[in-house]
Amino acid sequence: MVLFGLIIINHLMIIKVDNLTKQFDDLKAVDGVSFGVAPGSIFAFLGPNGAGKSTTIKMLVTLLKPTSGQLEINGFDVLAAPAQARRSFGVVFQDYSLDDELTAYENMYFHALIYALPKAERRAKIAQLLELVNLTERQKSLVKDFSGGMKRRLEIARGLLHEPKVLFLDEPTLGLDPQTRNHIWAYIKNLNQQRQLTVFFTTHYMDEAQRYADQIAIIDRGQIVARGTPQELQRQTDSDSLEQAFLKLTGYDIRDENISAAERLRLLNQRKWKK
Amino acid sequence: MEKINHELAAVYILWLRQIKRHLRSKARLVMSIFQPVLFLVAFGFGFKNVYAQAGQGDYITFLAPGIVAMSVIFSAMFTGTEVISDKQFGFLKETLVAPISRLAIMLGRTLGGASVAMLQGLLVFFIAFLIGFTPVSLGGWLLALMFMFLIALMFTAFGTLLATFFNDMHAFPVIINMIVMPLFFLSGALFPVEDLPAGLSVIVRFNPLSYGVDGVRGGLTGQFHYSISWDFLVLMALVAIILSVGSWLFSRMES
Repeated sequence: MVLFGLIIINHLMIIKVDNLTKQFDDLKAVDGVSFGVAPGSIFAFLGPNGAGKSTTIKMLVTLLKPTSGQLEINGFDVLAAPAQARRSFGVVFQDYSLDDELTAYENMYFHALIYALPKAERRAKIAQLLELVNLTERQKSLVKDFSGGMKRRLEIARGLLHEPKVLFLDEPTLGLDPQTRNHIWAYIKNLNQQRQLTVFFTTHYMDEAQRYADQIAIIDRGQIVARGTPQELQRQTDSDSLEQAFLKLTGYDIRDENISAAERLRLLNQRKWKK
Repeated sequence: MEKINHELAAVYILWLRQIKRHLRSKARLVMSIFQPVLFLVAFGFGFKNVYAQAGQGDYITFLAPGIVAMSVIFSAMFTGTEVISDKQFGFLKETLVAPISRLAIMLGRTLGGASVAMLQGLLVFFIAFLIGFTPVSLGGWLLALMFMFLIALMFTAFGTLLATFFNDMHAFPVIINMIVMPLFFLSGALFPVEDLPAGLSVIVRFNPLSYGVDGVRGGLTGQFHYSISWDFLVLMALVAIILSVGSWLFSRMES
């Protein structure tokens, strides 16, 4: 009975990741990762630098081929039917991916054409989404004159233009001031509730994950080390906050890749002093 | 049918994007015709008398098609830098995650870059007119334009293909120069290819640009060194090969 229930639940997941592995030359960046994301939920994918977050997202959005494993989005096999899978999601990448020398409107129009929006709907949809992120007045300005927050809002509007079922956000609020972060999250939360949009995001801001995520998965050294609601993770680790739970689960060591020996020594000494 | 319309729309918008970017950058527009005009003036007037004394006629008329071809291949190859800057500034991802074929991406970029290169070539042509280029046959104009466009297509596709291998925006122009300069100097752009020393003659024969220059010049002056059909066949075959390899490389590109 329980098994039957699990099968049904698994079947209903809008994102399914099964035993996903990515091997780079001498590094297993993602090592047998499995999880599912329920439709209409907000899912946070957390982990220290170099844990395998971005590699996983890249594989989900078809920018990177897995070494092995299965990926499914909205019922479409990402590897076997990339075009259908691509239609099902929108992405906001960690780095800005707009054309600076085009206007906001032109960036949206470009997207409308490469996602085959029907001609009759293009103008109205673009106008509606620009309105949603409060960029109507700036639609004729070149993107290179935009602030970081404006670019992010435009990218979110663009990512939603083809009415995806899933929106991937890779550190969407990185480098933004608290006001803008709040605004951006208000848009996302609103979209999630009104359109049943599934949101998959990564972040280093634990307060964002605590506040907005329905489910969290924590990845470290290429493997999922914990899963659950923010409250569950705190309870499991006996912590007062998600941040503390995160640190308990992934350790207190700094994860700069290629850290030098001298640097490591300095960090060790610092820790001794603190004690 | 719907699928084809979608792919064509993608090609169109990729093309339009490059035209818009180019027209908005006045500096690029002016800079890229500076060198061809310098060549045209310095060589054209410098060798004018020697060429006439050798009984070959008007050198500027001979030279202009070659310089036009040169400005086309420079512009065309340099569009490869846009692929690299798209990689660096992230815009490439926007096209790579889109539900369109990699051939559409390759075609759109190539047509866009080739149109920009055509525009540059036409500007140089216009300047050549101002300083005394006189086409022998006006009827060959369309033929010359077609050959210009084939050169533009071939070298844009080649530059785009090369750019998939590079991530360094500063190294790329150096490499382009290393490729374009020999192609230019060792084609028939500057000198007639009849009665060349054997070694040079072989090199010229294996240089794809020779056929492009011959096509443009043949159209404008009525005199082909090879033949219209041969020039056309060689260029078309190369364009097809480079486009297929390029779209295959795009399908393998990861970031």
